[in-house]
Amino acid sequence: MRKIKELILEKLIFICGIASIFFVVLIFLFLLKEGFALFKTVLPADFLFGRKWYPISEPAQLGILPLILGSLLVTFGAALISIPIGVASAIYIAEVAPAKSKEILKAGIELLAAIPSVVLGFIGMVTLVPWVKKLFHLPTGLTALSGSIMLAFMAMPTIVSIAEDALYSVPKTYKEGALALGATHWQAIWRVMLPAASSGILAAVMLGIGRVIGETMAVMMITGNAAVMPTSILQPVRTLTATIAAEMGEAVVGSEHYFALFAIGIVLFVISFAVNVGADLFLHKKR
Amino acid sequence: MAKFSIRELDIWFHQVHALSQASLEIESNEILSIIGPSRSGKTTFLRMLNRLNELERGFRMSGKVEMDAKDIMTEDRELIRKKVGMVFALPLPLPLSIFDNVAYGPRMHGVKSKKKLEEITEDTLKKAYLWDEVKDRLRVSAFKLSGGQQQRLCIARTLAVSPQVVLFDEPCSGLDPISTAKVEEAMLKLKENYTIVLVTNNVKQAARVGDKTAFFLSGELIEMGDTQKIFTAPKDKRTEDYISGKFG
Repeated sequence: MRKIKELILEKLIFICGIASIFFVVLIFLFLLKEGFALFKTVLPADFLFGRKWYPISEPAQLGILPLILGSLLVTFGAALISIPIGVASAIYIAEVAPAKSKEILKAGIELLAAIPSVVLGFIGMVTLVPWVKKLFHLPTGLTALSGSIMLAFMAMPTIVSIAEDALYSVPKTYKEGALALGATHWQAIWRVMLPAASSGILAAVMLGIGRVIGETMAVMMITGNAAVMPTSILQPVRTLTATIAAEMGEAVVGSEHYFALFAIGIVLFVISFAVNVGADLFLHKKR
Repeated sequence: MAKFSIRELDIWFHQVHALSQASLEIESNEILSIIGPSRSGKTTFLRMLNRLNELERGFRMSGKVEMDAKDIMTEDRELIRKKVGMVFALPLPLPLSIFDNVAYGPRMHGVKSKKKLEEITEDTLKKAYLWDEVKDRLRVSAFKLSGGQQQRLCIARTLAVSPQVVLFDEPCSGLDPISTAKVEEAMLKLKENYTIVLVTNNVKQAARVGDKTAFFLSGELIEMGDTQKIFTAPKDKRTEDYISGKFG
């Protein structure tokens, strides 16, 4: 009797385990099938490097270069803001902050991660956007810069908590070794702790950026969504994710436009897969 | 004159009384070995001499530690640690080349000239008895060295910032007998120019290299004297028991 119970349980767990992989593969196959249908009528190069995205004009122009650049611009801006601040605050929490404020800060960072992105987008829309508009005397505050700043807030918790873990797991002896040579606290952090934690910190950065690339709601609300080739960060842009979210509801099933949105999905998938694999490589490099 | 003069030193970590009422003097150009079972306070004592204890949370102390007749707690912390080098139990090479490992400290203290760095590297590697084994491959990663070689590299790295005192915290606990012999040889040579304090779990090592020996037990300094004397005619029964292996 016990043997049978054991067997059933084992099979049940097996099915659960396989199911998740099975569904991922199904999703992936569906994405590929729908996405690649586009390339029967549109050349991949025209799709990737075309400078015009007019999906409902006649004939439709389906170049996603402005969308890719929009995504990269917003992501790059967010990285530029969140990496220095994130790593610096990880150093502060791991190394400098006294025990009590350390706990409060960590809880605060986790709280930041718990804010739904639509709420962040909403707050950005009513506070950040008018501010950007006024500061730079722009016709609209819905710009790549606003998106970057908002997304930086989303990447920050990931970067801070993983980088802090990486710094914390540097063996105590490394730091002591440096201090015993007469290093100041800052020299020990800069020349020993950071290099020793570098793979973990890089992984933190990658995961933070991965989150930014895949983010949809907040960018859709505050980047202005103009599918034009971006020339400055003070201009509305549209990202890959926002395009899918905004247009999927209107695209006619089976049309070129519909397939193009799936193909964008493939591009996004490839980008975030690459970022995640990169992060994984860094994370496991030294362990 | 005594290099260190320690008077009525008490150390606590939170509520734990790690060291109580230790008073002793450490002479220049001698090796003082400190023996005792684990949790006897010997490492705490050692880490007091280069002010590493204060990194721990809950550290409190009373009493006085003087180096060259100056209170180390009022001196500049980094300067004390530069003057009082330390070699740890586990060899801790940095993920750099052999040369960069040794040049690390001097660079940090502002030595830039390549020639000067090369001089320091050669000089300290010779003092650590490692030069002949590595002189042809200074650019190789320090991780390529054996455990014993790594430990001697760490000695060289410590010497490279020209300390006056070198603390050894169970430096041979992870080494085989041949590597241990080499490290001991280096220590004996080093005492000509440096003051050495050696914490060891190996009673025989204390007997081999120490000029003086101190025995700690449960945070108290039980007895200290010439190594010869401690090992042949200890005054305290507990010292005798520990040395002869009756406990610990």
